[in-house]
Amino acid sequence: MTHLMNLFLFTGVLITAFMILPLFRLILGPTIPDRVVALDTINTYIVAAMILYGAAFEEIIYIDIAIVYALLSYIATLYIAKFIERRAKDK
Amino acid sequence: MIILTIVLFVFLLIGVFFNGLGSVGLLRFPDVYTRLHATTKCTTFGSIFTSLSVIIFSIYFWKTSGNPKFGVLTIHTFVALVCLIITNPTGSHAIARAAHRSGVMPKQAVIDELKEANLK
Repeated sequence: MTHLMNLFLFTGVLITAFMILPLFRLILGPTIPDRVVALDTINTYIVAAMILYGAAFEEIIYIDIAIVYALLSYIATLYIAKFIERRAKDK
Repeated sequence: MIILTIVLFVFLLIGVFFNGLGSVGLLRFPDVYTRLHATTKCTTFGSIFTSLSVIIFSIYFWKTSGNPKFGVLTIHTFVALVCLIITNPTGSHAIARAAHRSGVMPKQAVIDELKEANLK
């Protein structure tokens, strides 16, 4: 059982390390939708990694936080998309 | 037990591979729409597989040890997976629509038939 938890921990660390490449796109991105895509990708990685950490440390509160984080990041993405659309219409 | 380890290892390997592909695709592709295409599908697929491995792990120890903590882990992971599956494609669709309406064109695009169709 312990080696399975180490497997989950290793996978979680690896997915956390994948967040570096979207971070470059978030900084460099030529247009605003590029940055929003990078932010959305980072949010998905955070939720996936948090589920794995919850299984690795046997902490159920991590998975509850992952649920809330997924819903809040979804609302944030929708709001930013609405903002881009409205700003293009006003211009 | 050894079968469980192999199944979990394969599922986690698929999940990590597709998450890495999405991350590389975001850096390498030329415009917003191809980046969205690469990241959303790959990260959703990979996250489904990593979460499924957690669900299989907790169901196995729930059945063998009877500890109710693993049952709570199963159900909460399932709810998180459902939230991820519903929200991720919807959000990416909203981004793509906003990008098209704000005038971001695909690279090397010649015509825009969606704008010519003049839909409201």
